[in-house]
Amino acid sequence: MTTDSGRAALEQTVREEAGLVLAALVASCGDFDLAEEVFQEATLIALERWPREGVPDRPAAWLITAARRRAIDRLRHGSMRAGKSAALRESELAQRAARGEQDADLEEAPVPDERLRLIFTCCHPALAPEARVALTLRTLGGLSTAAVARAFLVPEPTMAKRLERAKHKIRDAQIPYRVPPPEEWEVRLASVLAVIYLIFNEGYSATGASAQERAALCAEAIRLARIVAALAPGAGEAHALCALVLLHHARREARTGADGVPVPLDEQERARWRHGEIRDGIASLERAARCAGRGPYQVQAAIAAAHATAPTGSATPWRLIAALYAELEALLPSPVVRVNRAVAEGRASGALAGLALLAPLESDPRAPQLASYQPYHAARADLLVRAGRSSEAREAYVRAIALTRDEAERRFLEQRCAELSS
Amino acid sequence: MQYALLFYTTETFDLLAPDVRADWLAQMAEFRQSLVDAGVLRGALRLAPGATATSLRSNGDELLITDGPFAETKEILAGFMLLDCADLDAALAWARRCPIARIGTVEVRPEHPEGPARGPGDVSSRA
Repeated sequence: MTTDSGRAALEQTVREEAGLVLAALVASCGDFDLAEEVFQEATLIALERWPREGVPDRPAAWLITAARRRAIDRLRHGSMRAGKSAALRESELAQRAARGEQDADLEEAPVPDERLRLIFTCCHPALAPEARVALTLRTLGGLSTAAVARAFLVPEPTMAKRLERAKHKIRDAQIPYRVPPPEEWEVRLASVLAVIYLIFNEGYSATGASAQERAALCAEAIRLARIVAALAPGAGEAHALCALVLLHHARREARTGADGVPVPLDEQERARWRHGEIRDGIASLERAARCAGRGPYQVQAAIAAAHATAPTGSATPWRLIAALYAELEALLPSPVVRVNRAVAEGRASGALAGLALLAPLESDPRAPQLASYQPYHAARADLLVRAGRSSEAREAYVRAIALTRDEAERRFLEQRCAELSS
Repeated sequence: MQYALLFYTTETFDLLAPDVRADWLAQMAEFRQSLVDAGVLRGALRLAPGATATSLRSNGDELLITDGPFAETKEILAGFMLLDCADLDAALAWARRCPIARIGTVEVRPEHPEGPARGPGDVSSRA
């Protein structure tokens, strides 16, 4: 055993199993801070011992055991916090450890997967939405606070404070660490899935950090979606979310041209799509369809699948997609969905049909700032071009361009507008 | 652990029709009874309107007495209950059943993690 291989094994364990280890530690410590600190200490012990003594057969279990011993020591010495709650936690932890030791050491028993409990705690509705996202990435994704801060374009101290507040609220308000009971299950699962989708969108949108970091966020969201789907196999929406993010991510290399300008779905180069990932996404969608109920993620995944399985851009099944958007709008009424539906309907039944669907938005109370709603003007411009109404289209492009903050997106619209003039 | 349910409402209750008020008070009584039956209620108080409030605050050396509540806001503290619950989810489940949640805001606050401000009268579970 060389020093390098011990270190490499540790790095790999931390990279791949940090969420699993941390979840087990939060479960036994009942305290995020303590769990993180002893996890850190356990990796330092491993860094010293693995190169010398060899990598244990079950590295994650080894780390959990070492960290738990550290936690008991620290609580015994009262080095964490004075007061009764620390003493209470110590006795609970000691009891758990004693039980664990009786059942033979953890290093032989299977590691209990506590990640589902952890993710339900991290996504508890009593925490602020941005804190849920950050805490999930930090604890289940094992991302450093600095990396989470970069992903959300906030200074590291701000993110550290946000995480700290969330962890203290969990501890002080006693947010339970458990999978919610059946009567709360649906609402709570929706919160978990929303957090994962937010993480994905942060990576998917062009506004985040570097391309590499954004891809890492997408990959992390996919990993989390897979974990939740595997741990809650009866939840159709969990499989559907998994399908949705896989299908979107499979197109990552074709989404933008060499100049960074976005390429519309039906004009993308299909050879650059990851067809293996598309197959995985379709398989997840099929699993979702076998579960009871059909929610918004399943409909969105079905739309993504319709695009992904069309053999060519011109063979895109727009009629099916328009019908799916109509179904989505019934489930999740919003101006965003209406705009997308209008685009699809415009391709299925002609630009006038699309424009007719956009028209009611102008009197929709949910879109009070329609004048400044970029997607509306961009979609309208496209439909007007297809309807042959060039001068109105140009006006719509000008409004859309003025409202576009993303540089690449603006160039895309400018190109379209210029084609109109020529 | 102790949780306070703090009830914030606009002060329009007295303007309601008598039968609506009676029905609403009956719902509150029913809610309190279910808390008693479950053995979680440690105390409850319905407060008189904000117009009856008197506030004291220090202005450097002297204590000033002013008419009115702590802050003049549209929603005012209208009452509170103290519940003994296992965790936040249990407290939130009760808060959800509280009739006030449908007309105002129910704030759920845990007791301080350091335990009681030592002395008589404290109802902390960490005493």
